Amino acid sequence: MYSEKVMEHFENPRNVGELADASGTGTVGNAKCGDIMKMDIQVEDDVITDVKFKTFGCCAAIATSSMATEMVKGKTVKEALELTNTAVAEALDGLPPVKMHCSLLAEQAIHAAVEDYQKKHQ
Amino acid sequence: MNKIIYMDNAATTATRPEVTDVMLPYFTEQFGNPSSIHKVGRDARRAVENARRQVAAAIGAEAREIYFTAGGSESDNWAIRCAAMANVKKGKHIITSSIEHHAVLHTCEYMEKLGWCVTYLPVDEYGILSPADVKNAICDDTVLITIMAANNEIGTLEPIREIGMIAKEAGILFHTDAVQAVGAIPVDVNDWNVDMLSLSGHKFHGPKGIGALYIRKGVKIENLILGGAQERGLRGGTENLPAIVGLGKAIELAVSELPQYTEKMEHLRDRLIDGILSQIPQVRLNGHQTKRLPGNVNVAVRYIEGEALLMRLDLLGIEGSSGSACTSGSLDPSHVLLAIGLPHEIAHGSLRLSLSMENTEAEVDTVIRELKGVVEGLRAMSPLAMNA
Repeated sequence: MYSEKVMEHFENPRNVGELADASGTGTVGNAKCGDIMKMDIQVEDDVITDVKFKTFGCCAAIATSSMATEMVKGKTVKEALELTNTAVAEALDGLPPVKMHCSLLAEQAIHAAVEDYQKKHQ
Repeated sequence: MNKIIYMDNAATTATRPEVTDVMLPYFTEQFGNPSSIHKVGRDARRAVENARRQVAAAIGAEAREIYFTAGGSESDNWAIRCAAMANVKKGKHIITSSIEHHAVLHTCEYMEKLGWCVTYLPVDEYGILSPADVKNAICDDTVLITIMAANNEIGTLEPIREIGMIAKEAGILFHTDAVQAVGAIPVDVNDWNVDMLSLSGHKFHGPKGIGALYIRKGVKIENLILGGAQERGLRGGTENLPAIVGLGKAIELAVSELPQYTEKMEHLRDRLIDGILSQIPQVRLNGHQTKRLPGNVNVAVRYIEGEALLMRLDLLGIEGSSGSACTSGSLDPSHVLLAIGLPHEIAHGSLRLSLSMENTEAEVDTVIRELKGVVEGLRAMSPLAMNA
């Protein structure tokens, strides 16, 4: 049911962990639904230089978190805000329909982290 | 990948070679229609009736009380819907539990749509139903009580005998879904006082797509399938001859080997439970320590989600199952885990490992070791485990 790319990211997730002095942090989802994502970003000169995630959730939640971190690393804050869940899902060669909400969580987690950074640096 | 360690026998089992051996001729040289009156047909009829006797003997019934079906779900649907409808003059009330298989629960919900009233009794923290609650739920218009013998997720054994006594004294039909129980614990329809009992072949190393409904003689029940004289006219359609023969052989083998099965399964089960609970922190056993199926292990692993757990184990060649929402295709985790009082976030992290005679001590030890590593890996990734 999962693409090889989803399984590859699930097996070897990129950017797992936390940043000690994160420029911004976003946490979305809730344990009751079985999905929580936490993203930490490090921003220098408006560019996301580092990003780490921690996720409680299924395969798809872990794979989309991992892919989303790869997609925003090195991007500007503005570009990161343009990240969409469909782009994350496409980068993983698609997700089963019932798992699309996982990619939405990944998008929301990145956006939440960027917004947290913006709030702190305005 | 390593050799597969299969611990999902509550989902399905491998058909035993002794079973497929007796089935094979009934696809080819002994292909007859049991309803035909010529020799080929008569041979097929003999095979069907022999299997019926094998099934009857395994559960203490008479052969004519056994009706072949396509499996446990069909048996549950038939027993509830058609026995209720046949006895509607008495009333429109059904008593069941909140932890039944969906084949029972969804049929009960369907009956509600038809204007029936259904009482869904709660269970305690181990998943055990109180016979007193059953007694108290009986009204003048109660037609049917349907309670599972053993739960498919957490393995809890229900006090079927006691409930059977209550039903008998009250003169109310009693059906039990014994799909997980048959072949795993002793089953006797008279000792249990059940009027109807569902069983399924592939849960005890028989073929898939075949099961049976025991219907005590004298019980009023409507036809399931119209259009044929098969199964005493109650379920029309040409019999699934090879599968029926396989079911008969599988149930005979399972029941004759029950003492060895029980001993080995309980040993492996307890070794697995003890190993997991002693070596992995923040894990709890779901269900009862001893009032559980000999081959059932179900644990809740905090701070991680069940599907991720299953898939990581799968990558290591270990096959289990989970009651997480992600594996059920819905947003809610298993209704059974919620019914025993687990909060959603803990229910999401459940893992069921169900054993068979094929499993070994070495496999159990491998699973404990690999599970420990998988849990550590996923917890390192979990934002919930930070304060663990």
